[in-house]
Amino acid sequence: MKRDRTPLFIALVFLFVISFGFLLPQWAMFIVTIAIARGLVALGLMLLLRAGLVSFGQALYYCLGAYAAGALGRFFGLSDIYVQMLAGGALAAGFAFVLGFLLARYRGIFFGLLSLALSMILYGLLVKNEALGSTDGFNILPSALFGTRPEAGWVRYAVMASAAVVALLAALLVHRYLNTPLGRLAPAIKDNEIRVEYMGASARRAVHVKYVIAAALAGIGGALAATTVGHIDPEMAYWTTSGEFIFIAILAGTRNVLAPFAGALLYGVIHTTAYDLSPNTWQMSLGISLLLLIVFLPEGLWSLFSRLRWR
Amino acid sequence: MKIVNVTHGSFYALGAYAGASLTGAWLARGYPPALSYAVLLVAALGITLVFAPLIERGILRFMYAKDEAVILLITYALFLVLEDVIKLIWGVNPYFIAEPYALLGSFQVAGMAYPTYNLILIALAVIFGGGLAWLLNSTRVGKLLRAVIHDPEVSRAMGVNVGRYYLVTFTIGSLLAALAGSFTAPTVSVVPGLGVEIIVLSFAVVVIGGLGSLPGAALGAVIVGVVRSFSVHYLPAVELFVIYFVMAAVLAVRPRGLFSLEEPRKI
Amino acid sequence: MVAFLTPQMAIILDTKNLCKTFGAVTAAHEVSAAIEKDSVVGLIGTNGAGKTTFINMITGYIKPDKGTIEYDGHDITRLPPREIMRLGISRSFQVPQLYGSLGVFDNMMVGLGIVLSNAGLGGYFSRGSALVPGYGRPAEEVAEHLLGRFGLLEYRDRNAQVLPGGARKLLDIALTMVARPRILLLDEPTSGVSAQEKFGIMQMVLDAVRAEGTTVLFVEHDMEVVSRFAQRVLAFYDGRIIVDAPPQQALDDPEVRRYVSGRRDPVERTSA
Repeated sequence: MKRDRTPLFIALVFLFVISFGFLLPQWAMFIVTIAIARGLVALGLMLLLRAGLVSFGQALYYCLGAYAAGALGRFFGLSDIYVQMLAGGALAAGFAFVLGFLLARYRGIFFGLLSLALSMILYGLLVKNEALGSTDGFNILPSALFGTRPEAGWVRYAVMASAAVVALLAALLVHRYLNTPLGRLAPAIKDNEIRVEYMGASARRAVHVKYVIAAALAGIGGALAATTVGHIDPEMAYWTTSGEFIFIAILAGTRNVLAPFAGALLYGVIHTTAYDLSPNTWQMSLGISLLLLIVFLPEGLWSLFSRLRWR
Repeated sequence: MKIVNVTHGSFYALGAYAGASLTGAWLARGYPPALSYAVLLVAALGITLVFAPLIERGILRFMYAKDEAVILLITYALFLVLEDVIKLIWGVNPYFIAEPYALLGSFQVAGMAYPTYNLILIALAVIFGGGLAWLLNSTRVGKLLRAVIHDPEVSRAMGVNVGRYYLVTFTIGSLLAALAGSFTAPTVSVVPGLGVEIIVLSFAVVVIGGLGSLPGAALGAVIVGVVRSFSVHYLPAVELFVIYFVMAAVLAVRPRGLFSLEEPRKI
Repeated sequence: MVAFLTPQMAIILDTKNLCKTFGAVTAAHEVSAAIEKDSVVGLIGTNGAGKTTFINMITGYIKPDKGTIEYDGHDITRLPPREIMRLGISRSFQVPQLYGSLGVFDNMMVGLGIVLSNAGLGGYFSRGSALVPGYGRPAEEVAEHLLGRFGLLEYRDRNAQVLPGGARKLLDIALTMVARPRILLLDEPTSGVSAQEKFGIMQMVLDAVRAEGTTVLFVEHDMEVVSRFAQRVLAFYDGRIIVDAPPQQALDDPEVRRYVSGRRDPVERTSA
């Protein structure tokens, strides 16, 4: 049996970020942190994709996480980074647990559209809600860490390092999950759900669990993004936001837990570049890239990587 | 066609923009406003004949063998592309052509003024809905179409030109979307993002009515329309998501929609 | 290959007066059968006679309108398929139900994984290789063992969807064995298999299965396979069991000949 080297890589990558990240310029720290946030959401998406489910509404939980973080600051004066992420993940997981009872029964287009619909409901609610700032949203308090406010120069690093810690844990835990019997059920559910039932497993229960995990990850990502950007608004629940996560997940493929983070980083770079070059054709570029990916790299980035390896 | 087509929303937007700009040009030249309805029709037809074959033959044709989820993503990607193509062609400023709408005025119904133009929309829906139903059920072409959709391989083995049927189906479907967009244009301001709201709404209609069922879609549309109007009037706060609520409620009771076809035996 | 039935054999599965209609079609009418432990029972009948409905009711895919099904003392009539499966009843399918995009070995591992997690083993917090209940060995070993018994080791790393027909059937049946079931229902195990291979496959399947002490019910259309391998035959017609007897007797029965086998002469008894 081959030694599983992935946990080692995961640890190396994130520890590297934590140890040497302070050397990066501020704008780079921002990009890395946002990439981690998006990567977390995409990681959750990956779990669902492996079971053949495309969620068009992960933005729902991303946004919930963000608003949870914001609400902590606005109504309770709390802005501790870890508390924010915990609150975001918990709120998202709670909603997903309830909504999962409905969603876990569906597959294919129904699942996709219901998830989309739910995220658009949140969008609608937030837009109408004056207390939370309606379409303008509101700003987040400056981040705190274990009760203290880091100095201006160190805030970015503090957030990035915390993000890396959480991502490290998340990646390790998900990787472990993927190697358990239930984690390996995903491709089976995708291929032949009847057989899964006839072998004594509940596909619905497995999907429900994955849905909650994916939501929690998205919630954590949302809280992280909120605190990094410093501002939240309903746009975070809009369908185009979900679309970005889908793009990253497709880019990453479903083979490796580190891929979503790499994909998110790449996406961040592409987004910034394409947007600078031609803001009006951003969506077209995204669409064309997605098409090219699907046709030429259906397994995602990782297939490129593994192809190079065997040379 | 057993593909989930997000690009449909783009055709709605394309129809709206084409209708608005062509009618605007028509009226600006001083041609008779009475003919603007024909212009709307021609615009929808024209834009569809330009884009639909291009998309179907150029891209979709190669993708039919792929996973359902992949096709969904492909049409989604196309949707993104077309959103920006629209912006490139027509710019980001809103278009207004109220003339065809205003021209017909309104009439009194139960003490309220009801725009006459809306009758045209209803008439169009009935004509095209009925026409499509007739086509699919009573003509040889229609039955062949259903056969092709049901099992393309067997149809091919029987000598049917499946590729051509797919092209025609896609074009007709897109034409309907474009017509809807074109004739709705006089009642709204045509802006970027028109495609998004309609695609989610029309999916809700189809899901409520049941996938693959024409009468279901009609019923679904009626339900959605009525529910929406009621909520705008009585409970404006929930207007945005009452539709999704209805969708969830329907699915909870009839998991495949109201008029869903019987599920085939698997084992 | 014939074992004589003794009156003292324990009843492991007891169906009583099962009735099921689908609209105007009576798929089952007062179907009653007591199946003895460790027996091999053949179910015969024309298409639509109710054999598959019988199996579907036992495995929980459909619920009977009336009647009960008792397994080892429990009433399983209303249980869902996965509960019934967990209790020890497995079935194979007319059309092999495989995990197409996974390799043959992985197909088995998925199944074994489910068995492990149902038993509360091999979960998130476990260390190392858990032992599969019923076999007492780690999953990988059980997978190899079962693949070997069914002659599938040469296909170990091939994707299930590219397997030839006979191998697909065998994999479908091998997958039923991961939980070491006490009752196995085989739905047309030799359909789609070439005439020469039929006997070989049936022998291999029964050897593999019976080695683990399993009661077998199999649906068959080939009367020679039935007469060779079944100890007892239930003949179905129009939703009813018309004959319940040892194979030679059953196949000679005039009603069976009329409604099932279509033969005029008694079936040639092939050597044991």
